[in-house]
Amino acid sequence: MEFRYLPMTEDDKQAMLASIGIKDTEELFADIPSNVRLQRTMELKKPASEADLIKELAQLAAKNANLKQYTSFLGAGVYDHFIPSVVDHVISRSEFYTAYTPYQPEISQGELQAIFEFQTMICELTGMDVANSSMYDGGTALAEAVNLSAAQTKRKKVLVSNAVHPQYRAVIETYAKGPNLEIIYIDTKDGKTDVAKLKAALDEETASVVIQYPNFFGQLEPMEEVQQLIENQKKTMFITSSNPLALGYLTPPAAFGADIVVGDTQVFGIPAQFGGPHCGYFATTKKLMRKVPGRLVGQTIDEDGIRGFVLTLQAREQHIRRDKATSNICSNQALNALASAVAMSSIGKHGLKKMAAMNMKKARYAMKKLQEAGFTIVSKGVFFNEFIIQLDKPVAEVNERLLEKGIIGGYDLARDYPDMNGHMLIAVTENRKMEEINQFVKELRDIHG
Amino acid sequence: MAKQDFPLIFERSKAGRIGYSLPELEVPDIDLAEELEETYIRKEAPDLPEISELDLMRHYTALSNRNYGVDSGFYPLGSCTMKYNPKMNEDVARMDGFSHIHPDQPESSVQGAMEMMYDLQTALCEITGMDEVSLQSAAGAQGEWTALMMIRAFHEANGDFHRTKVIVPDSAHGTNPASATVAGFESVTVKSNEKGLVDLEDLKRVVGPDTAALMLTNPNTLGLFETEIEEMAKIVHDAGGKLYYDGANLNAIMGYTRPGDMGFDAVHLNLHKTFTGPHGGGGPGSGPVGVTEELKPFLPKPLLEKQGEAYRFNYDLPSSIGRVKPYYGNFGIYLRAYTYIRTMGAEGLKQASEYAVLNANYLMRQLEEEYDLPFDQHCKHEFVLSGRRQKKLGVRTLDIAKRLLDYGYHPPTIYFPLNVEEALMIEPTETEAKETLDGFIEAMKKIAAEARDEPELVQEAPHDTIVKRMDETMAARKPILRYEKQ
Repeated sequence: MEFRYLPMTEDDKQAMLASIGIKDTEELFADIPSNVRLQRTMELKKPASEADLIKELAQLAAKNANLKQYTSFLGAGVYDHFIPSVVDHVISRSEFYTAYTPYQPEISQGELQAIFEFQTMICELTGMDVANSSMYDGGTALAEAVNLSAAQTKRKKVLVSNAVHPQYRAVIETYAKGPNLEIIYIDTKDGKTDVAKLKAALDEETASVVIQYPNFFGQLEPMEEVQQLIENQKKTMFITSSNPLALGYLTPPAAFGADIVVGDTQVFGIPAQFGGPHCGYFATTKKLMRKVPGRLVGQTIDEDGIRGFVLTLQAREQHIRRDKATSNICSNQALNALASAVAMSSIGKHGLKKMAAMNMKKARYAMKKLQEAGFTIVSKGVFFNEFIIQLDKPVAEVNERLLEKGIIGGYDLARDYPDMNGHMLIAVTENRKMEEINQFVKELRDIHG
Repeated sequence: MAKQDFPLIFERSKAGRIGYSLPELEVPDIDLAEELEETYIRKEAPDLPEISELDLMRHYTALSNRNYGVDSGFYPLGSCTMKYNPKMNEDVARMDGFSHIHPDQPESSVQGAMEMMYDLQTALCEITGMDEVSLQSAAGAQGEWTALMMIRAFHEANGDFHRTKVIVPDSAHGTNPASATVAGFESVTVKSNEKGLVDLEDLKRVVGPDTAALMLTNPNTLGLFETEIEEMAKIVHDAGGKLYYDGANLNAIMGYTRPGDMGFDAVHLNLHKTFTGPHGGGGPGSGPVGVTEELKPFLPKPLLEKQGEAYRFNYDLPSSIGRVKPYYGNFGIYLRAYTYIRTMGAEGLKQASEYAVLNANYLMRQLEEEYDLPFDQHCKHEFVLSGRRQKKLGVRTLDIAKRLLDYGYHPPTIYFPLNVEEALMIEPTETEAKETLDGFIEAMKKIAAEARDEPELVQEAPHDTIVKRMDETMAARKPILRYEKQ
């Protein structure tokens, strides 16, 4: 059978076999011991033509309720934001997406410069000195930050707020097993980290404190109080996980003394795509520059003095340092970092503030409407674009009913917080029309009875 | 024309220009400052670009023209499997029903996505000869670490807390020892013998009651099949250790042999290598992990299962190592790999391996006249040459790589594996036509002649690229990692 990705003709094959001095390709596999040879054909579905496969997969895709057809109020770490058309046009250029890691700078200036620009944008948003070229996602970026804080302070105890994304916390736990860290969770009070409990747990053994800002419930954490507590403990590091869109309006974590700021740039130009690939970012201080996991792009000059860019400070990385590397990360999320850089360039300096503010305003409108409709609003403090309401019915059940009305309901907090039965975390982005919000309130009221 | 610095997007920016179009606010406007304490309101806007849409497109188009992908030309990077990235895969990954679905939607509303994932898991089990696959790991290195964490959990579940060492061949990828460290192990190196294969005597020497696992890729990074794999498996298993397969080099053996049949207990795959996921300039990748029945309880959670006609995520896995990533991994890459596997079927995948190996052997035999071939035997999907003959003429492997840029090729992997002097590691893949290989052979022969006749031409290469060799020492000594407005 012939395959369009395999250009070998019978003539080519014969010519090549002759040049090698063999009769059959089987001779090239003769060194595989017969005991371990697969003596049958693999059992896989038959090869499919392009037309048939496109049709079949389109049907499979149609089985999913997608965010273009449904109206979504689901966030909890992944958001339905506007993606400018330019993003996909740029990342579809095959010089970008079919390229390898830019180890040959002379023919990779495009990628290297785009990443250098991405690093700059992340520094601007977070207020930090240094940002790397990307991590797998916000969760693993946070876990790497935790491990870095332990290595840097030579301490084993890490305090993590319970208002950090539950799945991020789960990833921290897995990553913490290698260096054998003790993860202590700090309770929340009124949807925010309980500062009194944090104070009680914080001591000279603490490597770092991990806070999400805005937190998983959408609330703004008491950043100044946390900062003061940490500053009273020499060496303890302050790690924040931040939605970078929120930082278009909110004071950046650097202003609160953060040592490491991580998060996910999915909000900028990356579709939800069932949870990945998204794009983690990792930003820190100059002091920790040589401890950063992953790739860094730096500016330099070529032999003619022309400005150019290279992968730099590679002595941190696995391909040089092997078992002494700061992390094992190799492939990261370069193409998604590019997508986010394009989205950030498109939204731009003024668009970003406007977009962040619009999220806050639309979310506040939705909250007001729900309140007027008689729903109990659980969220008490200042929030970004997410808040919690209390329902009498299980959220999962309500969400199944909403689906029938073309609506993807909010996040079921009982999944992660056993005492939060009936608590729905509602996200409202700039993409929601006023009419959609009104419709959501109406349907929710109808279901709720 | 004199060469000039190419502008950064920040240098193209001009106050007052915009490139965005946001939805209407519609809802009644409010003054957020009334609600927010001043401490939370950002004082200075982040200095993002201010650029029109056309100038944005021109900027990134110009950047793309300053880059080189598989679609630009031949990319024989050893151990990277730079095969063609089918365009159809990109279209599938962009279907609304796949790209615009939220990971926390009710499972009933994403059954199509889960069905595809389940089918992919099943196919990867068959291709690797493993009993169960978790797709969750984000890339190869994370797959390695995930598998090692599972092996660690397995030993600990047996009350065996003294297995602190992971054995890694001297020819292994850097990620292997790095992953071992991150998983809390100490790595121990096992030497290669004069044939380029793992030295069994040395393996017997380093293996012991403290051995957690041996990490191995087969074929190894020299492109040679570890023919004594059965003995190696026995040595490690007899000592109570586990065998881990680094799937970086799977492209050589599909349909011929499987890690499961060779005695491996755990394997990771790079969907962005063997299964045509694009490399994206350094990611995103995807590194599924496959295991035998014995290690299955330790797989990351959640695990995708089929119950009757329905697909569900199982979170009730008490022995699981936990999550390695939020959500379910790099779903967008699964779609590309799945589309490829469905396009090729069993027959196509086997042919892919057959031709990947044939192409590599053809290149190797054509080049061995001009370049030293340290291990003179049939290779698999890649082979390693040594530039030591050229080094004697004052031309280094780095120079050869840079000269290839002038001829329009992406160079091979260089100075790796570490156990070959002046290494040039070449992997052509099966998607390259004979004419392309012949063009590359001609260029390599010309460079060998240049190294003899006019070495400075090679030593000073590249000559025709948009920039010349970069001052990497300066970059590392005085790091400039972001743009600062003058």
